[in-house]
Amino acid sequence: MTELDVTIRNRAGIHARPSALIAQTAVGFGSRIWLEKAGNRINAKSIMGIITLGAGFGTLIRIIADGPDEAAAVTAIKALFDSGFNEELGQ
Amino acid sequence: MSIGETRAFTVLDLVDLDLKEQNSLDLRCVAGRSGLGRVITLPDINRPSFALAGFYESFAWQRVQLLGRGENAFLASLEPARAHEIFARLFSYEMPCCIFTHSLVPGAEFLAAAEIAGCPILITSLSSSDFSSRIIRVLADIFAPQTSIHGVLVEVYGIGILLTGDSGVGKSETALELIERGHRLVADDVVDIRCVNGSILMGQGANKVIGHHMEIRGLGIINITHLFGVGAIRDKKQIQLICQLEDWNPAKVYDRIGMEELTEEILGVKVPKLEIPVKPGRNIPIIVETASMNERLKKMGYHSAKEFNQNILRWLESDNARAMYFSRDDY
Repeated sequence: MTELDVTIRNRAGIHARPSALIAQTAVGFGSRIWLEKAGNRINAKSIMGIITLGAGFGTLIRIIADGPDEAAAVTAIKALFDSGFNEELGQ
Repeated sequence: MSIGETRAFTVLDLVDLDLKEQNSLDLRCVAGRSGLGRVITLPDINRPSFALAGFYESFAWQRVQLLGRGENAFLASLEPARAHEIFARLFSYEMPCCIFTHSLVPGAEFLAAAEIAGCPILITSLSSSDFSSRIIRVLADIFAPQTSIHGVLVEVYGIGILLTGDSGVGKSETALELIERGHRLVADDVVDIRCVNGSILMGQGANKVIGHHMEIRGLGIINITHLFGVGAIRDKKQIQLICQLEDWNPAKVYDRIGMEELTEEILGVKVPKLEIPVKPGRNIPIIVETASMNERLKKMGYHSAKEFNQNILRWLESDNARAMYFSRDDY
């Protein structure tokens, strides 16, 4: 089990496009991956699930992965958050 | 607040609850707005009559305080000096809020004391008994044990069926076909489940804004209400059956008779469960539909598989008896 906390850096927060990016990345790994916000844990391989989190700019999110490639999965998803999903970053 | 912590339920949340007609609490805040962030920790109410009269032993100040005509009349009858003393003592307790029923507005002094203490004073137009029963119901619902599950909740022939399984196994596609066949979608992907009354599991979508949208691979996100009409959706539904879809595993033995009953425990409630292997060419929606009807038959006391076996046993028995008769020497 690998866990890592990230902050949402893009101004718009996690809307449909970032959510799809996360899900597409997550699907590529064999591990089970979740995102957690304020006690809500959802499957990171599901677009609707990620949107449901309602994570806006500045929100703290925990990435959790469990499986054979958990470390790589967490790193790959963290990279997405860090890049701000190639969107405009918030101040 | 840490990531793992659920947000507490505050007085502001109570005022903001979007409840319909017969559930509406009809609350508005008249004083102590600075305290709207106070947390409600108990799903219960208290009538603070004794406290107002000066008896504070066993005063349940942690609960929502409810004041009706009696309490209000008592407050109005107080002489200013005594009132001052009582209000000071009352508001020294950090009560979540005080609610007046019958649209009663307490005196200016009471409101001023509440304002200073930062204790929200709310007013409702309902009668005390009506309001008590409503708020207890509302709070019980909010404080009910809850969890969220990855799956799709549909209503098929009146039975609430939770479709579970790994990503990409075809839960959403199965649900879509079921909707097309006239059944209803409750929630896709993230199903929030509350345990009501300790025995009923109520499932609903995680978010009203996103509610009743589905993600279908190749199509993207679609709006079920707009595509299929309001008849195709439902806000919440009791979970009565779990259908776990899984890729066909040749090494696994699937139930071929239906005599054994699998269950899965959610929040301490056992729900009947079926494991349905998925393979190209298997029409899963029809299997789910049939499972639903079979579940209804079971609830009506008719268990297809058991009944079938009973008939076979009876038949074998009678055949045995006949064989004995036929094998008699003097026949």
